Amino acid sequence: MTDAQRAAQKAGSEPGPEAAGPPGTADTAAQGMTIVARSQGQLVRRRFFRHKGAMVGLVLFILVVGLAVTSIGAGPIPGWWDKTPTATATAVDGGRPTLSVVPEFLGGGGVHLGEHPFGQDNIGRDYFALTMRGAQVSLVIALLVGLIATFVGTVIGAAAGYFRGWTESTLMRSSDVLIAVPTLLIAGLIGTMIAGRGIVLFGIFLGLVTWMQTARLVRGEVLSLREKEFVEAARSVGTSSRRIIFKHILPNTIGIIIVSVTLAIASAVLLETGLSFVGLGVQPPDTSLGRLISDYQTALGTRPWLFYWPGVFIILIALSVNFIGDGLRDAFDPRQNRVRD
Amino acid sequence: MLVFIVRRLFVSIWVFFTATIVIFFLATKVKDPLADARQLPDNTRESAMAVIIERMHLDEPFIVRYFLWLGDAIQGDLGVNRQGLSVNSMLDAAVSATLQLVIGATVISIVIGITIGVISALRQYSALDQTVTFVAFVCFSLPSFWIATLLKEFMAIDFNDWLADPVISVPFIAGISLVTALTAGGLVVGDRRSRLTVFGTTLAGMVVLLAALSATGWFNDPGLGPIVVALTALGGAIGFTVLVSGLEWAPPLKAALISAGLGIVAYFALGPVLKDPNLLTLLLLALVTAGVGYGVGWYVGGDLYRRNAIPAAIFTGLFTGAVIFLDRMLQSFASYSDSVGGRPISTIGASTPNYDGTFWQSGLDSFGHLALPSLALVLISLATYSRYTRASMLEVMNQDYVRTARAKGLSERAVVTRHVLRNGMIPITTLVSYDIGTVLGGAVITEKVFGWRAMGTMLLEGIEQGDPMPIMAFFLVSGGAIIVFNMIADIAYAVLDPRIRLS
Repeated sequence: MTDAQRAAQKAGSEPGPEAAGPPGTADTAAQGMTIVARSQGQLVRRRFFRHKGAMVGLVLFILVVGLAVTSIGAGPIPGWWDKTPTATATAVDGGRPTLSVVPEFLGGGGVHLGEHPFGQDNIGRDYFALTMRGAQVSLVIALLVGLIATFVGTVIGAAAGYFRGWTESTLMRSSDVLIAVPTLLIAGLIGTMIAGRGIVLFGIFLGLVTWMQTARLVRGEVLSLREKEFVEAARSVGTSSRRIIFKHILPNTIGIIIVSVTLAIASAVLLETGLSFVGLGVQPPDTSLGRLISDYQTALGTRPWLFYWPGVFIILIALSVNFIGDGLRDAFDPRQNRVRD
Repeated sequence: MLVFIVRRLFVSIWVFFTATIVIFFLATKVKDPLADARQLPDNTRESAMAVIIERMHLDEPFIVRYFLWLGDAIQGDLGVNRQGLSVNSMLDAAVSATLQLVIGATVISIVIGITIGVISALRQYSALDQTVTFVAFVCFSLPSFWIATLLKEFMAIDFNDWLADPVISVPFIAGISLVTALTAGGLVVGDRRSRLTVFGTTLAGMVVLLAALSATGWFNDPGLGPIVVALTALGGAIGFTVLVSGLEWAPPLKAALISAGLGIVAYFALGPVLKDPNLLTLLLLALVTAGVGYGVGWYVGGDLYRRNAIPAAIFTGLFTGAVIFLDRMLQSFASYSDSVGGRPISTIGASTPNYDGTFWQSGLDSFGHLALPSLALVLISLATYSRYTRASMLEVMNQDYVRTARAKGLSERAVVTRHVLRNGMIPITTLVSYDIGTVLGGAVITEKVFGWRAMGTMLLEGIEQGDPMPIMAFFLVSGGAIIVFNMIADIAYAVLDPRIRLS
């Protein structure tokens, strides 16, 4: 058999996500066990909540978001932490962190937060409050970018895949144009242009230049779905294109859409922090995790905690979102989970 | 096929052209280039502003400025920046350093990433696979600038300090040996006993090796020597034969061994040539090696085994060449290290200014400067490649034709290399073209951390001053690279997967 035949066969035998049933259903029936009928949604939820990595990621993500939001509060609502990111004070003990996690009977300083758990910077600002502010900003931007990029990408990908013809070529060529530009370049240009107009605008514009991957994925999926019998059936009874797209096609692509939201959020965290690090992203007086690292990178030798904490939070956010995304992918598309023997 | 390539080429040029308009538009709007001239005292302000306006054609509308730039750029003239310096000469100085970094990091991450991905797919759900998966997740959650700063601060400085007195401490020996032995044990197929045997032997071997290297001061003046080179070449011959055809048949093994033998002879025979060669000589030698390997494989393989013997001989020959290359590099290490004051891993710049040495010494010089920035980029791309390879391999391994291949009695090696690997690698070609854009962006950040004056600096200064010319020069190179890689990936995809051409 030639490679070509093999590849063609591969295309023919690929089961769509909806065709994948729960593993081992036939075996349980043969053993006389009862079979519980489960809907597609229930199956996905079950697989997701059984995914250890995803659960760890979810808990971690909720913890980080909860900590960032409740500690210093948001807007006019105060948080439980008594210091603010802007108030300066005298640096106590060179600004060393007072956080201690080693209990006394192990020879440590006991478990306590202390006055400044993450230390203080050179003008005495509480670094825990600063890091939390940075985390809030980075999270807001990342969520905005993830949602907007996915929304735009889905609409463009679905329109291109469904209508074909000149709609498809226009949309896909414009996506090709954006792909040809390194993300850092276009995001940096836009970031500098709207510098100082607030993080929400920054997040929205960043989302508007990072939708291409999602558009390509969705288009590929729509291209195969539009040839399916149920779409033909809908068309034959006179359903409008809009209704076919939103009611019949998009719900079937929900898996890849949800997965690409998480992946877009994770890469947006890294993109925003990277941009802010080179000075093209969040501008003072706002701060973000990347901005903090950039501000204090020279402190690594003398006050390393100013460098470590924001980095740890970037990794925690990106890692937990990536794990959630991996769990979702496994839940929606269990094709590569187990090798049949 | 030709029609497909021509059409693809036409589309690429058109896309690139459109992208230059978009970027030029944004670059002219990004910041006010006259901002600092406006701050000057009254008597000089007017003239300073007039000079900049004249130089950057600020009095012309956007569309005129764009066509002025385009007209010059097509003739290879990239204009002058805001200070009046030629952008061409800025680019000449910047481009080679950045491309070295980007290409080096990409190639390394592709090779290692795909290898790791294939192994972890073949050992799905083993401890090794779980560890690799976890590490990969951590790696692509790492901010590149953070890890680059840490590498610079600790790897470079500590490694250089350690080289002053290269004794490996006992816990370090234990740690490295344990990790290597665990990996080796994880790779073995079989029962618990054979795993433990491999684990034990590797552990003992590594401990003895590291202790001996440390005690004899090998790191002060490293090198492999003829015996190690010969043994590695023979090991490579056996390894490549196993991969290509298995050891059941004699001709491929014989071809590989002859190829390794010729390599060892060349090690001694080429001594004077390899003293201070240039890049061209080495490339020629590599070509000759491949040619000789082909001949050996063709002749020894005979009609029946030619298909296996030729690749086995070529790969072995090239591998032996690489080992000899490594040996030469290591031998020059002591003299290079002395010439830069005993601190070979650099943290600033892309090369030692005005460095003059043999081919091997300047090679080490670039290596010392590239090592850490590349490592920072590789760590992140590596994770992507290994994850995608693993996913793609697993998907192919679930296909019916793989079961058929097993059912008709093919060996596991043949199933994996011929049926799974070939088809599993097809989606990876697209990933390479996507990744190149990310790596270029990462390079800008990494260059900033390591203080390189290269493409990244050009871009950042251009944006800082609202100066379109350097920004466009950056885009011509980076966007051009992305377009070219995308095109190659598309064509490769069409060659590998004929279904694509139909649409």
